[in-house]
Amino acid sequence: MFRHAAKLLRRPVPTTSPAAAAVSRRPFSSDLPAAETADPAFVEAWKKLIPNIDPPKTPLSFMQPRPATPASIPTKLTVNFVLPYASELSAKEVDMVIVPATTGQLGVLPGHVPTIAELRPGLMSVHDGNDVTKYFVSSGFAFIHANSFADIIAVEAVPIDRIDANLVQKGLAEFTQKVNSASTDLEKAEAQIGVDVHSALNSALTG
Amino acid sequence: MAMAALRREGRRFAPSSPPPLLDASALLIEHHVPFGARSISTQVVRNRMKSVKNIQKITKAMKMVAASKLRAIQIRAENSRGLWQPFIALLGDTPSIDVKKNVIVTVSSDKGLCGGINSTSVRLSKGLHKLNSGPDKEPKYVVVGEKAKVQLIRDSRKHIHLTISELTKIPLNYTQVSVLADDIIKNVEFDALKIVFNKFHSVVSFIPTVSTVLSPEVVEREVESGSGKLGELDSYEIEGGSTRGETLQNLAEFQFSCVMFNAVLENACSEMGARMSAMDSSSRNAGEVLDRLTLTYNRTRQAAITTELTEIISGASALEG
Repeated sequence: MFRHAAKLLRRPVPTTSPAAAAVSRRPFSSDLPAAETADPAFVEAWKKLIPNIDPPKTPLSFMQPRPATPASIPTKLTVNFVLPYASELSAKEVDMVIVPATTGQLGVLPGHVPTIAELRPGLMSVHDGNDVTKYFVSSGFAFIHANSFADIIAVEAVPIDRIDANLVQKGLAEFTQKVNSASTDLEKAEAQIGVDVHSALNSALTG
Repeated sequence: MAMAALRREGRRFAPSSPPPLLDASALLIEHHVPFGARSISTQVVRNRMKSVKNIQKITKAMKMVAASKLRAIQIRAENSRGLWQPFIALLGDTPSIDVKKNVIVTVSSDKGLCGGINSTSVRLSKGLHKLNSGPDKEPKYVVVGEKAKVQLIRDSRKHIHLTISELTKIPLNYTQVSVLADDIIKNVEFDALKIVFNKFHSVVSFIPTVSTVLSPEVVEREVESGSGKLGELDSYEIEGGSTRGETLQNLAEFQFSCVMFNAVLENACSEMGARMSAMDSSSRNAGEVLDRLTLTYNRTRQAAITTELTEIISGASALEG
């Protein structure tokens, strides 16, 4: 009998303005404070066709909107460095970031022209004043926006002090041997990837 | 003759009257018992009480298990929330985009007893299907999880393109989900992928969400039309030798795998949370039923004792007086 009571209490109370809804709904989990924006065309179309069910939310309503491009170049670069299992850096203000793009190391300063860069396995360094933090990044993408925001999304990243040089050498030797002894194209490609990653690791440790 | 002897034997072996309270073949309490009958049984009520108590224990245990699993997976889901934000910052979010080939990816659970979250996802998917149906565009379904598959197969069987089950058999990780995303992209032609899942907001509240991932051709088309967020994509330089088309291709695949990873984690969290509340209300309900049954049991027991006493006393007074 009381099973439905919990469901009724859970049902969101319809409010008139989105601002009131934002205030009355206290977030429990560590979500970003929502800006409550949604695509109006989608909500309209949904309400017309399917009036009984509430329209689903879209990711836009769950993230904070980015600031607009400022008139003058800001002094610091805001970096978001995310991995699938953690947000390494979120909205950190730094001086410079060097990312390993496919064409080589790309240095990003505040006021950089907007760019989309694919990353290859290599060394990434974050410079903040005199601190330099170095990570080895496996691959991913880097977006540099006009408002001096840099988003770096990597599949895997480790600080370089956690990499074992001996294992790198062993891996490099193993994969070079595999490249030589590979028979099919697939095996050759896989072995080549191994060689690339290990030689990048090697140069990251030494360079 | 033999029959008469058997009948006599049968009568001699008539069941000797066991104590009336534990008479197994006695009438059930619910039946209309003639006044003064001594065969009132509490066995039935006792059996029911035992089974309800067992149900209460099982649902309490399931709630504990769900709570511990929730704790583990909630951390991972919250850590993965930063993953899709850069894509929205770059490409914007256009769920109302008009494309020919929509593919609705419904994320649901494999196991049941988790409240209404799977039904919500299915209803939303059907709503999206209706929203995007037109003269020459029929959305297709890719179903992840058994529960949504069972519900969608009943009336949308011909629209289901691919089903994936037993995703959560091994703990979720990015490699597994990216292989899955790769499989989906290879097997399905799409202009827009709409991923429907329940976003975990808190233990008692789950927000149905739909994330949109556009194919590189559609992104190119939007960039050229120059409208909205995607129109600004033209101002972005592409680092490296590849063309914008190739980069967008890689970007779309990467975006899909990131969004899927977050969606699957959030849905798993929501499943655990919903299971916790469902099992909690179930054990509370079982407790109430148990209370009511205990009262009935005591009343029956006391009535039987009173009847016994009345008979004895009236028999004794009949002998005296």
